[in-house]
Amino acid sequence: MSSVSTQEIKKEFLKSKLGLTGVFILSGLILVSIITISVIPASTFQEWNNPEKWISYPKTSVPSWVNFLSSDKIPEHKIINPEIFQSQENGIFLTSQQFGVSFDYDDFPSDFIFEMKTKYADSHIVQIKVIRPDGITLELLSTSLPHSDNETIHNQRYFSTDSMIKKNLNTYKNDFGFDFKIGSTEIIFSELYQNQIQKGNYIFIVDIYGIEKPVEILESKMVLGGKAYGLMGTDELRRDLAIGLLWGTPLALFIGISVSIGSVVVGLIYGVYSGYKGKKTDEVMMRFNDVIYALPALPFLIILAVTISNSIFLMIGFLMIFSWVGIAKVSRSMSLQIKTRQYIEAARIMGQKDSKIIFRHILPQLLPYAFASIAISVPAAITTEAGLSFLGLGDPSFPTWGQILHDANTYGAAAQGFWWWIVPPGILIAITGLAFVFIGNALDAIVNPKLKR
Amino acid sequence: MGLKRYLVTRGLTMFGVLMITLLLTISLVGSNMDTILKQGIIYQVRAEITENTTIAQGFNDPEEFEKFVQQKIDERVKTLGLDTPWYSPQRLGYTMYKILILDFGNATFLTSDSGSSNVGEIIFEKMPKTILLFTTATIIISIIGILLGAASSNKIGSKTDRITSTFAVISSSFPVWWIGMLMIFVFAFVYQIFPARATPSIEPDEPGYILALLYHMALPVITIVLIGFGAWAYLVRNFMVGIMQEDFITAKKTIGISKKKIVYSHALRNAAPPIVTILALSLSGSLGGAIITEAVFDWPGMGRLYFEAISVMDLPVIIGSTYILTVLFLVSIFIADLLYGYFDPRVRTSS
Repeated sequence: MSSVSTQEIKKEFLKSKLGLTGVFILSGLILVSIITISVIPASTFQEWNNPEKWISYPKTSVPSWVNFLSSDKIPEHKIINPEIFQSQENGIFLTSQQFGVSFDYDDFPSDFIFEMKTKYADSHIVQIKVIRPDGITLELLSTSLPHSDNETIHNQRYFSTDSMIKKNLNTYKNDFGFDFKIGSTEIIFSELYQNQIQKGNYIFIVDIYGIEKPVEILESKMVLGGKAYGLMGTDELRRDLAIGLLWGTPLALFIGISVSIGSVVVGLIYGVYSGYKGKKTDEVMMRFNDVIYALPALPFLIILAVTISNSIFLMIGFLMIFSWVGIAKVSRSMSLQIKTRQYIEAARIMGQKDSKIIFRHILPQLLPYAFASIAISVPAAITTEAGLSFLGLGDPSFPTWGQILHDANTYGAAAQGFWWWIVPPGILIAITGLAFVFIGNALDAIVNPKLKR
Repeated sequence: MGLKRYLVTRGLTMFGVLMITLLLTISLVGSNMDTILKQGIIYQVRAEITENTTIAQGFNDPEEFEKFVQQKIDERVKTLGLDTPWYSPQRLGYTMYKILILDFGNATFLTSDSGSSNVGEIIFEKMPKTILLFTTATIIISIIGILLGAASSNKIGSKTDRITSTFAVISSSFPVWWIGMLMIFVFAFVYQIFPARATPSIEPDEPGYILALLYHMALPVITIVLIGFGAWAYLVRNFMVGIMQEDFITAKKTIGISKKKIVYSHALRNAAPPIVTILALSLSGSLGGAIITEAVFDWPGMGRLYFEAISVMDLPVIIGSTYILTVLFLVSIFIADLLYGYFDPRVRTSS
């Protein structure tokens, strides 16, 4: 037991390399959390389990930075916004949307989709064509927007898998030197003489002709389906893993820190009170402590999550139930030592209330120990929560790292080699744990000088 | 005398814990259990009546028929004692008594490999496999840990010592099941050395079964050992460092006994009590973690059984496994207590 002053702890802590590393990592994580909360709108992660939200994302694609490491460039998934031109000639209004794609990858894109939200009345004709790097223009689709007498808002999607596109491409059959029994994208992005990728700039043009009034484009984009996307890739359900991983950071910190603070506060007060009171009270309280200590935590947490609720806030409470016990034991023995000191005796003789003695004279002495235990017990809370989530018992409205791993496991990510789905969440769990272990160990070494060599 | 009293108090506490665990489990799943049982009765009664067409023909009015069915159901519910809620003292007492004598009833969905749906049989079929996996892993961990710990305490601040300490801190931050996923990814799919599923594909009565079991066990054991031994080595090292500062060691040093001999024979012997105690405790701790580890590796033990029972809400199996897991957990804590009390006489008298 020590009575190290805050000043000394600070001084000693700044000398500890390990502790500073921990603080450095932790500040990084906090920074990431702050940026995530303020930059990424909360709606994106609330819709984590809503497949509709992720429809224009690619399925299980590798992180796009993989292209920097390998010589074969994997086509990136691109969401392209158009340049819109409007013109009028002989009473015909032309609205032209041009999507420029610079394509220099070593594999064909998987597909492409045009998505637009338009506002119009009457009939409008839609023509889609592509100008390839070799100057050839391919007409892809001629169709019309559904007729409407009144002004309406209409959502339209054109898929590259549309059989009409294939049919139109068949008219160019004689220009190409290979068999056309392949997908449309593989024809469009191919060289003439051989079915090989033609690299360069493609311009996709969607022309809409109207007679009386031009169509109004409210939203429009082209999705060029690739096999690489974003910072962290996507999963089987097309979700952008970067968003899940980023949102996981504040969640993990929140779970870990609140569980550890909660259990340390409860354990500290419980232990100190038990030790200070002594006799029967101590005996009864320590028996109760033994009971909780001997409960198998994980089976119980599972039953609690299944039968009561898997809400994240209740889960934090459940985790606290099982983690205050050890701290209570240690703080009890510490308070047993402190209470024999003369100033405590003096305070008691002076007639101070028990609560005052505990909060004024005993607890402050245990504060350094308390801070060390808070830091040390964070990783266990994070890994336990991750473990429960991994078993599929997590709160579905808050995507944690454990849940990402759960999904990876259910979709057989290991078997299919989706490393980007398995590796980052685990590393993040470990890094977060390490930060707190470093800080905790450094504090512990100061508080318990015995452990120092 | 002191040891006896100590053990009796501990034993009584353990029994109390067991009862509380049981009570908690039953009260958590009790209401669900009742609904499921009642639904089962309704289903059963209706099936019996529809099978026997003569009963249905005896009624002209469908309302009257419905009444008759309801009456049958109520009768059945009453004979099974389900008309009183699960928390009524006699039902609670009866349920607890049944579980205490290891009569867990029949599982709702799960069956044992031999096809029996008796919960006791299912559990006792899976238990040896869990014990086999975790005892093997714990023994390997402790051997590596003790040797490495002693080696690094022999030369504090050396390269071995620093690497061990660093490895201990880093390895214990990774969740075992995540390392498990990585190991499966690397050693079962990228390099196809080990099988991905730890359940042997051969039937238990075929000759090569034990070999197949060991082969399938390799990847889980390697993973558990990899994550566990660092922390063990660190622990042993810290015990040893403490003992090496004791007076009798200093005395031995001054006599001129070689440091190596002091570390490996004198100090290690004195560090044995806490080490053995923690060994027993870590074995019990790993049992809880078995649920996740076995789920990852698909190891056919108690943990996977528990996980499966949870996912289909097979309540008799959940109650039975929780009870058995608690018993195992308490037994190992008790053994740890026993060893601790035996090795360290201070424990017996201080309370």
